[in-house]
Amino acid sequence: MTLAKIEKLDRLVEAGVEARTAEGGSLWHQSLRRMRRSPMAITGAAIVGLFLLIAILGPWIAPHSSTAQEWGDEVFLNRNIFPGPRAENWFGLDHLGRDMFSRMVVGARQTLLVGVVATLIGFAAGAVVGGVAAASGIFGGRWGQRIESVIMRSVDVALAIPMLLLALSIAAMLGPSLTTVMVAVGVAQIPIFARLLRGSMLAQAHSDYVMAAISLGVPKSRIVISHIFPNSLGPVIVQATLVLATAIIEAAALSYLGLGNPDPGSAEWGTMLADAQRFLAGAPQLAIYPAVGIIITALGFTLLGEAMRESLDPRLRREQ
Amino acid sequence: MLRYTVKRLLQLVVALLGLSLLLFAWFKSLPGGPENRMLPDNATDQQREALREALGLDEPVWTQYGEFLGRAVRLDFGNSLSSGRPISTELADRLPATIELSLWAIAIAIGVGIPLGYLAARKRGTWLDFTAVSGSLIGICTPVFFLAAMLKVVFSQNLGWLPTAFRLTPGTDYTDVTGLRVLDGLITGEFDVAWNAAMHLILPAIALASIPLAVITRITRASVLEVLGEDYVRTADAKGLKAQTIRGRHVMKNAMLPVVTVIGLLLGSLFAGAVLTESVFSFGGVGSFVYAATTERDYPALMGFILVIAVSYVALNLIVDLSYGFLDPRVRVRS
Repeated sequence: MTLAKIEKLDRLVEAGVEARTAEGGSLWHQSLRRMRRSPMAITGAAIVGLFLLIAILGPWIAPHSSTAQEWGDEVFLNRNIFPGPRAENWFGLDHLGRDMFSRMVVGARQTLLVGVVATLIGFAAGAVVGGVAAASGIFGGRWGQRIESVIMRSVDVALAIPMLLLALSIAAMLGPSLTTVMVAVGVAQIPIFARLLRGSMLAQAHSDYVMAAISLGVPKSRIVISHIFPNSLGPVIVQATLVLATAIIEAAALSYLGLGNPDPGSAEWGTMLADAQRFLAGAPQLAIYPAVGIIITALGFTLLGEAMRESLDPRLRREQ
Repeated sequence: MLRYTVKRLLQLVVALLGLSLLLFAWFKSLPGGPENRMLPDNATDQQREALREALGLDEPVWTQYGEFLGRAVRLDFGNSLSSGRPISTELADRLPATIELSLWAIAIAIGVGIPLGYLAARKRGTWLDFTAVSGSLIGICTPVFFLAAMLKVVFSQNLGWLPTAFRLTPGTDYTDVTGLRVLDGLITGEFDVAWNAAMHLILPAIALASIPLAVITRITRASVLEVLGEDYVRTADAKGLKAQTIRGRHVMKNAMLPVVTVIGLLLGSLFAGAVLTESVFSFGGVGSFVYAATTERDYPALMGFILVIAVSYVALNLIVDLSYGFLDPRVRVRS
């Protein structure tokens, strides 16, 4: 299984290199041109764009407050009375008499934040681990290669641990909060990013421009940081887009397991979905709105990520 | 191959040692230490001291770790804080339920996913292909616990077709042979028990199958499409082989390797899904045990579970990786 995971990551790296060498010109330019013709990419980009717009403008376009229990006297938990959609409240009221539509709109930002921060944690830590491994492997001589080997073997081992186990342990250690969820989901992604970046950097190490920089006497640290690293980011960014989708779903699952935000006031789709489980029999709509939000958003990021991967990987393009 | 196996085994031991060290450090770093969790708030200092001594918490850290490791090897994880029973007994009692559920889920995923993926590839560009592809994308993006909960609301609570919870209707008499209720019912001839258990399994198994099904469909489709474009398939077609032979011998046989791979990869998400699904359906497997342990902060139980699952996962991982060597000669050469 680990082998399979590793192979999948390595293939993405190869794709990045191949796309560059095969057709010349900027990698991003090439991919972008291909993606403009792909309905998958367009759908994904449209969904992601809309989501980002709502996340940014949320608090200003929401018709009501997301926290005030304005209609608290119209909701009766014990009799399962939850007013549904009406002119004033498009999505009806939640279990505390708050406007569901406003909570959805405002919640987009928190949801995005959870996904982005979790992905960034995985990306940043993974970039350090993978970057150090690659740099010492390329320029560190015999000892550097040993360091690289030790780091990468540990990464392979970490790849073998199921994500939920890791997340559960971290969450149990830090106590329930939104930070916990973000850290837990992010940490679980570290080995994936590390492996990907290291492979991508090693592939760059043999390019002509690196050779040129070495011959010109550019310091090794500078070659790694400002030449190799930025050029290796292609496959990593593709992976980050896919991870963002997973992160939002996983965060909801951790919230459901009671490891998420204990504050009932905050509006975040994963927490809202987890909270709504208590009223599922009487008011399934309270769960359906945030769930559909999560599904569509995750779908958007997945479509975009898959389309990017396809546009990078000539073999995948042929298959589709 | 032998060298590779030994290398992988050594890696496995190192990985598990690392994990146990991590778990141990985590356990030690819990706020206030485990003794505070086990004693009431008004415990005296003497009681606290006595418990620390009884738990060996006054020994040096390395001695404690050694003892922890020694006990873990003998599958002794101590007692659950919430039920007071030994954790290994709790796990052993619940493991068959999770195994049964996972087997059903994987069976559904393979039984539906592979034919669906094949059909989608053969009828590429039709509505069937479109439905299969978009359906599987949506399946991957749907939170498992939400799907499980909706299935329960619609089919159990509103329509009343299927039971809402548990493995059997409470009060049903059954004979325990393997712990897998449906199989037990068939072995002992108690067909009503087998039927009863099967009814209880349908919804959780469908919910748990959703992600594996989506992934298997996608991979099968992509893999079959790739193989269909190969020269040897065209050659087989040109020399007049029967469509059945081409499908079985040439297409499916070669398209299956990535699918087998991905089924191995799915085991990890199956564990995660089981925790979520079982908690929705109160299924009484390892998953609901972990859910309870997490919410009640039953740390020893959680630790025991993590160790057991990690060992079985890493071992399965090794078996799958080694089996590639037999399935795919290219792997043998590379390693």
